[in-house]
Amino acid sequence: MMVPTLGTNVSSLPPEGALAARGGPSPLTPLLDVRDLRVAFGGKEVVHGINFSIAPGEKLALVGESGSGKTVTALALLRLTQNAEITGSARLFSPQYPPDGRDLLSAKEPELLRIRGSEIAMIFQEPMTALNPLFTVGDQVAEVLQLKQGLSTRQAWAAGVEALAATGITEPARRALAYPHQLSGGQRQRAMIAMALACRPRLLLADEPTTALDVTLRGQILDLLSDLQRQTGMAVLLITHDLNLVHRFANRIALMENGHLVEEGPVSDVFANPRHAYTRRLIDSRPVRDVDEQAAAVSAPVLHAQDLRVIYPIPMAGFRGWFKKGEFVAVRQAGFDIRPGRTLGVVGESGSGKSTLALAVLGLIPHTGALDVMDCRWGPDAAGNKAIRRLVQVVFQDPFSSLSPRMTVEEIVGEGLLVHEPRLQPSERRQRALAALADVGLDEAQFPGLMSRYPHEFSGGQRQRLAIARALIVGPQLLVLDEPTSALDVTIQKQVLQLLQRLQRERGLSYLLITHDVDVIRAMAHEVIVMKNGEILESGPTSKILDAPQHPYTRTLVASAG
Amino acid sequence: MATVSLSPSRRAWLRFRRNRLGFWSLLLFCAMVVLSLMAEVLSNDRPLVVRYQGTTYFPVLRDYSEQTFGGDFPTPADYLDPFIRQRITSGGNWAIYAPNPYGPKTLNYFAKSPSPAAPTRDNLLGTDDRGRDLLAQLIYGFRVSVLFGLALTAIGTALGIAAGAVQGYFAGKTDLAFQRFIEIWSSMPELYLLIIFSAIFAPSVALLLILLSLFGWMGLADYVRAEFLRNRQMDYVRAARALGVGNSRIMWRHILPNSMTPVVTFLPFRMSGSILALTSLDFLGLGVPPGTPSLGELLSQGKANIDAWWISISTFAVLVLTLLLLTFMGDALRDALDPRKAEK
Repeated sequence: MMVPTLGTNVSSLPPEGALAARGGPSPLTPLLDVRDLRVAFGGKEVVHGINFSIAPGEKLALVGESGSGKTVTALALLRLTQNAEITGSARLFSPQYPPDGRDLLSAKEPELLRIRGSEIAMIFQEPMTALNPLFTVGDQVAEVLQLKQGLSTRQAWAAGVEALAATGITEPARRALAYPHQLSGGQRQRAMIAMALACRPRLLLADEPTTALDVTLRGQILDLLSDLQRQTGMAVLLITHDLNLVHRFANRIALMENGHLVEEGPVSDVFANPRHAYTRRLIDSRPVRDVDEQAAAVSAPVLHAQDLRVIYPIPMAGFRGWFKKGEFVAVRQAGFDIRPGRTLGVVGESGSGKSTLALAVLGLIPHTGALDVMDCRWGPDAAGNKAIRRLVQVVFQDPFSSLSPRMTVEEIVGEGLLVHEPRLQPSERRQRALAALADVGLDEAQFPGLMSRYPHEFSGGQRQRLAIARALIVGPQLLVLDEPTSALDVTIQKQVLQLLQRLQRERGLSYLLITHDVDVIRAMAHEVIVMKNGEILESGPTSKILDAPQHPYTRTLVASAG
Repeated sequence: MATVSLSPSRRAWLRFRRNRLGFWSLLLFCAMVVLSLMAEVLSNDRPLVVRYQGTTYFPVLRDYSEQTFGGDFPTPADYLDPFIRQRITSGGNWAIYAPNPYGPKTLNYFAKSPSPAAPTRDNLLGTDDRGRDLLAQLIYGFRVSVLFGLALTAIGTALGIAAGAVQGYFAGKTDLAFQRFIEIWSSMPELYLLIIFSAIFAPSVALLLILLSLFGWMGLADYVRAEFLRNRQMDYVRAARALGVGNSRIMWRHILPNSMTPVVTFLPFRMSGSILALTSLDFLGLGVPPGTPSLGELLSQGKANIDAWWISISTFAVLVLTLLLLTFMGDALRDALDPRKAEK
């Protein structure tokens, strides 16, 4: 018999009461039981009555795309949302409470203050903004202990250092004296965790705890959370959009879409046998490799780089700095070729120099060494470079900052023609722009008055299509893709990657694909180079690098991608 | 998704319109400006049309001698003269006077009471200490103030945008040099320079405009520079550079439209500042040449003739109303362009 939500149409909202729940190990006394939680902002409901419960010591993952209401749900549990109307109940159970628990949503503020931190703690996505920059990490951990457990300053400090040590920070006594900006991203997140766990809460709300970190750090932080969970026996509500993390971490998964809970159950069960169309879409969103493997492996390269070196001037300390600038080498001795119709993937963590490499290829920052596009070389004069600009185009990561908010689609997409084919009639330019938009899957039928619309009317994925159309209209040979899908939701990411693959097959485009996501590399790239600290550690065909990595760093990178 | 596509500036305008205080201030202010531009029709010592012995005359446009209307002298006719008035209105002759039959410089030699005269039916708001009609003075003075304010704002804004754009876009050494120049320039004693220049040159509105413009652009340049510094880093600027778009085009087409928020927000406040600057200088006697109708000069007359309450009170009222309307407009504009409010 068909479950009503199993319809093949991808329309998202399930009919009334169609939650695809299944009989997992149902806890006898849950730790937290949420019933009919609704959250509205200014009369607009964003969470539409969801039910779930967490057992003591359970690891529940709340999964959904941006805007699905998952973070709002977590914030609403602690009533940390501003100007929100929250209804329903969220009962917290404890031996000290009455048998029907205590409702967090109707509790008085002093009661909530007690519960926050000592019973339910929270960690946030971006530790840099979640930690106060004016206090040392030790101060901030000790403050929690002083407030919640009434420890003296000295005791609290000692306990704080202990809490930091428990999160695996090296030299915790010294790090406790450091300010947030003096720590690395991973250390900051560890300090946040120490703060949250200092009072041994029974439930931890972890809101995308690893999203802001480099790939190689994500696994470490997740393992740390797992270890601490095992030691303390707390329950964890992990909010994430990353199914790899869910796989690795959680016992149970709950999927949210547009403020509805659409499916819930044990992780292995849901992954093996997804019942809701949305769950399937999410699981299927892993990018698929669909590229021409044989494409022109032997013909002359579109881009040839040799001994490429990019430096940034940095201020030097002391009196000498008045007259001279220091050098920071962002890319050193890079050499690679990109051949027609093929993709070179550049993978590395933030600060590895991969985006600098992209800017150098685009001729937007000065470099030394050879960088030949077809037979041209970047020179000092703008007129000579104009021919190369036509051959090399770019798509940036953030679809919101890459389109000017005050230009219409026609102006944005037609811009390249104004520069490179200034003699074109306005009507011809319009035709060409429409054709470029049709190539990326945007047309008038779908968006009436497409050409006179402004970017704010489009979603992230559609904006990225606009950016691709703007690049394609001048007929480039090489497209630099700087994290083209990192800012997009996974299902949209797949669509954009498919579009890029199709364009490559149809037009024989070459891509320089910059990313930190090994999955994207696996789906797109013919060759890969791995970068760290401005140096190329390893390079070669994708299958070789990803399946048999030689360098230890590459191994961690591939392993952490799950 | 809306079917009708609205540009960001159009949406800001709709938000502005929703602020009723600001919107009505704008309408009222525009009405006042339009009326003051028609000052010659509203307040003039010459009749608009005269029909004299079968011929039609337009004294408001042309000069006619007294002899035209049967007087004795070849001098220009004084239409307030009871004799001329009687000639052109008796018999089959007729004349249409402006609603307020005085110009800004008109001295009524036939006034019934000594000046400054309190409000009467002849002079609705009274006269100043030289016997000129106060209402006419206020209408013409308001016009001078507003036009001066508009011109000063326009010049200052244009200079400020240009200077800020160059600094912000090119950054680095250009920015450094320009910033130092601004620091030196802004530390010049503006008021002393004005006093010195008004001693050297014959005072005129144009001179005043140039002198105030020389110093008025710096405040705005800072804001525009900051916006350009921020926006030049945006990916859409990088994308335009990668397309090969030239510097001036990037500045004009890509960055400037996205940097206009502080410029537009400050416009009404800059305008009220300009009007106030002119008024203060006139009050001190450093402003427009003597004889030009001016609110500042009226204020100083009010101070000199403190018992002639009608001078100070009516001038004060006009000034307060003008500045208040501009401030309301500025507030509404600021709210309309506030990105945090724009989301709602």
